[in-house]
Formats: sequence, structure tokens, C-alpha cells
Amino acid sequence: MPRTLFDKIWEQHRVTTLDTGEDLIAIDRVFLHERTGSVALKSIVGSGRKVRRPDRVFCTMDHVVSNAADRDRNSARAPGGDIFITATRAAARETGIHLIDVLDADQGIIHVISPELGIAQPGLTLVCPDSHTCSQGALGALATGIGSTDAEHAMVTGTLRIRKPPQMRITVSGKLAKSVTAKDLALHIIKTFGAAGAKRCMVEYAGPAIEALSIEERLTLCNMAVEFAAFSAVIAPDETTFDYLKGKRFAPDARWDAALSHWKTLYSDDDAGFDYDYEIDSADIRPTVTWGTSPAQAAGLEDVIPAGTDSNQRAMEYMGLKPGTVLNSIGIEGAFIGSCTNSRISDLRLAADILRNRKVADGVRAICVPGSTAVRRQAGEEGLDAIFKAAGFEWGTAGCALCFYAGGETFAPGTRVISSTNRNFEGRQGPGVRTHLASPAIVAASAVAGRICAPGELPDVA
Amino acid sequence: MSREPFIIHSGIAAPLILDNVDTDQIIPSREMKTVSKSGLGDGLFAGQRYIAGREPNPDFVLNRPDFRGATILLSGENFGCGSSREHAVWALGDCGFRAIIAESFGEIFYNNCVRNGILPVQLSQENIAGLHRMVTINLPEQTVNNIAFDICEGDKAMLVGGLDIIGLTLQNEADIDAFETRDAGRRPWA
Repeated sequence: MPRTLFDKIWEQHRVTTLDTGEDLIAIDRVFLHERTGSVALKSIVGSGRKVRRPDRVFCTMDHVVSNAADRDRNSARAPGGDIFITATRAAARETGIHLIDVLDADQGIIHVISPELGIAQPGLTLVCPDSHTCSQGALGALATGIGSTDAEHAMVTGTLRIRKPPQMRITVSGKLAKSVTAKDLALHIIKTFGAAGAKRCMVEYAGPAIEALSIEERLTLCNMAVEFAAFSAVIAPDETTFDYLKGKRFAPDARWDAALSHWKTLYSDDDAGFDYDYEIDSADIRPTVTWGTSPAQAAGLEDVIPAGTDSNQRAMEYMGLKPGTVLNSIGIEGAFIGSCTNSRISDLRLAADILRNRKVADGVRAICVPGSTAVRRQAGEEGLDAIFKAAGFEWGTAGCALCFYAGGETFAPGTRVISSTNRNFEGRQGPGVRTHLASPAIVAASAVAGRICAPGELPDVA
Repeated sequence: MSREPFIIHSGIAAPLILDNVDTDQIIPSREMKTVSKSGLGDGLFAGQRYIAGREPNPDFVLNRPDFRGATILLSGENFGCGSSREHAVWALGDCGFRAIIAESFGEIFYNNCVRNGILPVQLSQENIAGLHRMVTINLPEQTVNNIAFDICEGDKAMLVGGLDIIGLTLQNEADIDAFETRDAGRRPWA
């Protein structure tokens, strides 16, 4: 019987089917961060239970760590945030799991460092108490976000109890236009299907436009699957994936050939059935920006904000916008490049290309926070940091940073921010802060123009 | 770590009829001040529940006299979407909520509810609109007032029994051990 990629991974991890109809699924890797992982670890220590396989559990500090260049091991960006860092460190040591600490060379946002270090691999099951864990499906892993209690469950039992979700395939045909990034593709898909449109499905992205994406672009696309209510997203591993993983710190080394021959079996069979099967034409996708408070409230840069429903109305009130406004006429006062969606080296190169020999507009505060310490180091070696700084960007140290407000410093209420992040929810970046989601290219161009702007609209530099 | 079983519950249902109420709204990150599952109720809906100086916002539904002491929350589509923070559920529990009735739920939030003894009920928009203030939920019978709802067997058992999910799974430890041995032979690199 033909099977999907997801069917194959599921079956390879099914310990047993319970009387209640759920499956007990073996979990290969658990990743934790200090914000939600701390509670799970502390609860295990407090309950007297044990982490079943500490060698399979990884933990980093990204959510509340300071992004200042001179941070120390306990510096937090939120008042009182240091207790999350110190509690996580203590519990990680006590339980014997891998800890990638604040000042370590490999520190960074979990969904950036897990692929970077080869922790995420094709065919593995990987969970983390963080909703953007779906990012890591980009490598062909079954990767999904869970709560803290389920993280505790995964660490103690090595499994999760899950009802097998339905499956959706989204095939992207054709070839993306040169001006269209993976972020535009993600926003286009969410806009098309709606914020609840993936119906709790495991979404497989397929088709020529997907196969042509780099791993970093695939990570951006899969990252936003949770924003349209997917269980997770996955892309079949291919040569691009294998080349990416080869030689990474935690990738198979001595057993590379055995792993590789297994990975090559991980694809959806020709006649495999999906509960939903959709096709999107690359030709329909343009650079896209959100105007509302849901990632589905998005439009092309030259489009107008639509009128309509009550939730549109509420979103417009919060955003201080009116229907009929053309998106690229909207002025901005803040710009942020960072987060698990778009903070990798390819994102920074793209933005730096636009910022080279240009300046951020007067009245705009612009910030770039690389997704990992390794990305920051690489950017330094390539001279990208100098380009960002010369343009007038602040240059932070790795972490989630301004993707969400944790208390502490942020933009002033009412500030309009163009952001390479994943959520434009009310208050997400700070009380009253108005977030427009976009690609790093559009964020960089908008920072220069002082309004929402495509890179192609900027005048040439000498 | 068993929980209070959920059998029959009658209580005041407060309407927050919006779509996509995300977990950032349910508890903003800045309100997650402790490495603990308790004491989070003060931060529940903090962005809307309070006005300057942390005074109660009289317009917010949970501050209205009619809905004081509500134990059931009514909402729209995709309730609890966004961040996986279980703190959203802990904050709801801390404020006395036993059930959320919505058109649909964010996946992680839904599971988090079940793990913490809070019943998530999926009903149609029309049926939710017909619920007024006092609501009775009967979980064994799967009814809200007289309206039937669906819930998967495992989640129902967990809630009715007030069960601890980790303890429950540890009963399958022999299966897990056997799987790991088999798997180590099949996927030695993993």
C-alpha cells in the first residue's frame, strides 16, 4: 500500500496503539529552552522521576537572554528573566542533558541551532515546548511543538501519546520569481488558506518550487506552518538536505552511509493518499506583507487593505489603518530582522545587499539580531555586521529578541514596526506595538525608505 | 499528580466571541514571571483585563459583574493558537476556569488543556451563540446543556479520571523498552 512520508516516519516510531485510539510514538530528540523547558525540567526534578535518555535531550537559552554585546551568562532582557536562565542551567546539570549555555559558541535560537548542529535529521521525531518546532520539518524530520507537560512526558517516557493527525499536501508548481522569498511564499499560503486553514493536518510541502529551495529557505517556510494551524510541516529530504547535514557536529559520522540509505527511503509514494491535496502556482506569488493582527491578514505590497469582517475591523483599529490604504504607502518607525523565521546567514546576506551604501531613514529605529552565535560570527567574517552598523542598524547578540515582548525594553506603544518575525498578534512585540510581517529584504528596504517598500523601489546607490 | 476529575460541571459562561484568540493574549510573555505552574492567574488576559495602573478595565468581559466567577469561557475559531506556552492553561486554571467552549482550538493549547484538567469543547458558532450565562457540561454524556459534542476517547478518559498522563504512559514501560531495543538495531545512528 502506498504511504506518505509522514506515514513512514509515524510507523517507524509507533511503539503501540493504545485502547483509546491514540498511538504511543517514540521521540528521538527533545529540545528545551529556558522559558518553557525550565518548568518541565524543574517538575521532573521535583517529582523524583528521571529523564529516560539524557543524551537525547538538548537545551539552550534563547527566549529571555539579553541581546546586548556585553551580556554575561545570567543577563536577561526582561526584568526578573535571570531566574529562568539560572533555574534552567541548574536543572539541566542535575538531569545530565546537553546544555548549550548563553556564552557557548553554539548558542542561539533553538530552531536555528538544531539544524546548524545537525541535531534535526531526516526521519527523526523531535519535539520542543515551542510552537515553531515545525521549522525543523524542513530537514524531513517529524518535528512538532508541544506544551511543557508533554515535554516532561517525552523526557520521562521517551514517547508522546498522539492521535495521528490528518494529512495535507501543498504542491507549489513552477518557479518562484526572483523577488519572491520563502517568507513571501509562507505568507501567501497562510493568506490563501486562513489562520485555521491547515485544520490540524501534517502538511507536506512538495513540488518543483519547494525542491529548488535551500535548507534555510525551507526552514523559513516550515517555520510558519503553525500560523495556519498545521500539526506540523515536512519536506522530503533530498540531496540538498544530505549535503547540508554532512559533517555537522551531531550528524551521523561513522554510520553516515547507513543513515543515508535510510533517509533516501523517506518520500511519499506516488499513489499515496492525502486527506487534502492542493496546488499553488508560483506565478501567483508576489512579495507579501501583513496589515492586520493575524498572519493571514496579508496582501501584496501594492495591494490595498480590504474592508470586510468584524475581525478585520478590530485588527485595523489596533493597527491604526483604514481599508483602501495601499500597503507600500504606510510609514514605519521600527524595523527588526531576527527570529527563528528569518535570522540565518542567507537572510542577513540578503538584507546586507540592500543596506550596502544606504542609510536607515530618519526616525526609524532598526535592529538586527542574528539567530545564533555562529551566524553572528559568520556575518562578522563576511563584513555584514559593518554594513548593518554603517546603515544605522543596531547589532545584537543571538536570541529571540524583539520577536516577542518579555517585559523590558521594546518599541514605544503605537510604534509601527516592519519585522522579519512570525507573529503580528496584538501586543506581541510590546503593548500597542503594530507589527507588519515581511521578508528580511522588505524589512531592509522599508527601513531605508521609512515606509513599507520593496527593494526594487529604492533608488540606485552610487 | 492527579487532577480534579471532570464529570458534570455547571457554571457561568463568559463570552469572548472572537476568532484567533492567541496564547499571547491569554497570558502575555511579560506576565510569565516565575518558573512555576502556579500563581499565573494575575496575568490572565492582562493586556485587556487591566487599564493603566493595573486597575480593572470595566469593559472587559471577565470584569463585568454578570460574569464574575465565570468558570467557562466561550470563544470563536482557533482559540489558543500561537505560542505553545502552557502558562495560558495554568493561568486559566488559576482563575477557576474548568472548560473552554470554542469553534476550534490551537492544537498545542488543546492538548495542554487536557493535561491540566480543563475541558476544551468544540461546538458550532450557532450553538455557542445559543449559550447564555449558566451552562452545564456533562462530560460522560458529552453534552453542553442538551447539545452533543465530540471528544476523543483518550482525552475524555484523562479528564473524567483526573489522570496523570506520565503515570499512565509508564504503565507501558515494557512496550517502550522493547521498542527501543528493536529500534537500536534498525536505526543505530538515530
